Amino acid sequence: MINIQKYVQAESLEEAYQLNQKRSARILGGMLWLKMSDNTVGTAVDLCRLGLDTIEETEEAFSIGAMTSLRQMELHQGLNRYTRGMAARSLGDIVGVQFRNMATVGGSVWGRFGFSDVLTFLLSLDTWVELYKGGLMPLETFVFLKRDNDLLVRIHIRKKPGVFVYQAMRNQRTDFPVLTCALSCVQGEYRAVIGARPGKAMVLGDEEGLLAEGISQESAQAFAAYAANRTPTGTNLRGSAAYRTHLAEVLLRRNLLELGGMQKWN
Amino acid sequence: MELTLTLNGKPVTEQIEPGLLLIDFLRSHGCYSVKRGCETSNCGLCTVFLDGRPVLSCSLLAARAAGHHIQTLEGLQEEAADFVGFIADQGADQCGFCNPGFVMNTLALLRENPDPSDDEIRAYLAGNLCRCSGYEGQLRGIRNYLNSRKKEGGAHGA
Repeated sequence: MINIQKYVQAESLEEAYQLNQKRSARILGGMLWLKMSDNTVGTAVDLCRLGLDTIEETEEAFSIGAMTSLRQMELHQGLNRYTRGMAARSLGDIVGVQFRNMATVGGSVWGRFGFSDVLTFLLSLDTWVELYKGGLMPLETFVFLKRDNDLLVRIHIRKKPGVFVYQAMRNQRTDFPVLTCALSCVQGEYRAVIGARPGKAMVLGDEEGLLAEGISQESAQAFAAYAANRTPTGTNLRGSAAYRTHLAEVLLRRNLLELGGMQKWN
Repeated sequence: MELTLTLNGKPVTEQIEPGLLLIDFLRSHGCYSVKRGCETSNCGLCTVFLDGRPVLSCSLLAARAAGHHIQTLEGLQEEAADFVGFIADQGADQCGFCNPGFVMNTLALLRENPDPSDDEIRAYLAGNLCRCSGYEGQLRGIRNYLNSRKKEGGAHGA
């Protein structure tokens, strides 16, 4: 069980950053994962007083504070309007309402967890992370960086016109997903994201132009097979690598057919 | 460190250890409806309201609740009274261990959505695990309660 020696509600980002430079310090997110660890934390730094628990929407973008709960995102009308309900669909099976009232988007993104529905969802959008010292960078870049002592301040989603769909396979509702699959078409560019492989989510584009003529039964099948073949999968308690590769092809084909208006799964 | 919060409408101030979890703080104040179950933030047994929102007290530092309003089932007896009888009528409480968390989250659901569909009930209560009942009794109990409320013309504030 975690052992916390000192707890501080930071008064500023600078204070939080300075406190976090010590090896034994931890920034608190929702604490749902952290509390199950077996560590001693010298100083637990809480960002809860810094006003980072809101979603701001402009004509151009959403700006989501790191302490915003997954439940706030799930229920946010603007985010669901823009993503055609993908926010609610991708987050709604994460454990339960109480859990999602506590889990923060900052904790989920900073953790870069392989099983993350949140990461799969956000990677299918034009999402950027704002770090206190590191500044702005695409989420796709951030995902593969090593954890350091910087602070994740906000998530920015640029509202480029697009269409979005999401599906996940779970052995049981509220369990970790066996595989997650998001698909977007933003300004004509397709972006497939496959997560819970069980490695962290990865993005695949249509480099071969398989969807250049639009979505049909044949092109959907061809792209789904192409993407599934290029997606490394692994085995764990929830499913084998072969099963995940098969699922990736099926979910991606379904997402493509839904995006093309040919079939409705959600 | 010193913690001040409002528990079931009453201000409480106490010296606590920084790592104290809210569930342990609440039980030390006689709120025995708040149960420890899975220890993995999954079962919903420890559900309490933080400023009206259902949260898992097993995963929340007591220190983080400073300045906030916490409600447990002990403080919501009146609001729960109408509803729990319908659960008991279905025999759905069985061993009773999951019941307080289940009742708390149902109250949260009905505050947010006074007339939920069966699917909305299932979705909202997905984070409350019961190892006795298979959930059908609870669902029937909630449905019967909602139907009775409709028959009474919203007399309970639906």
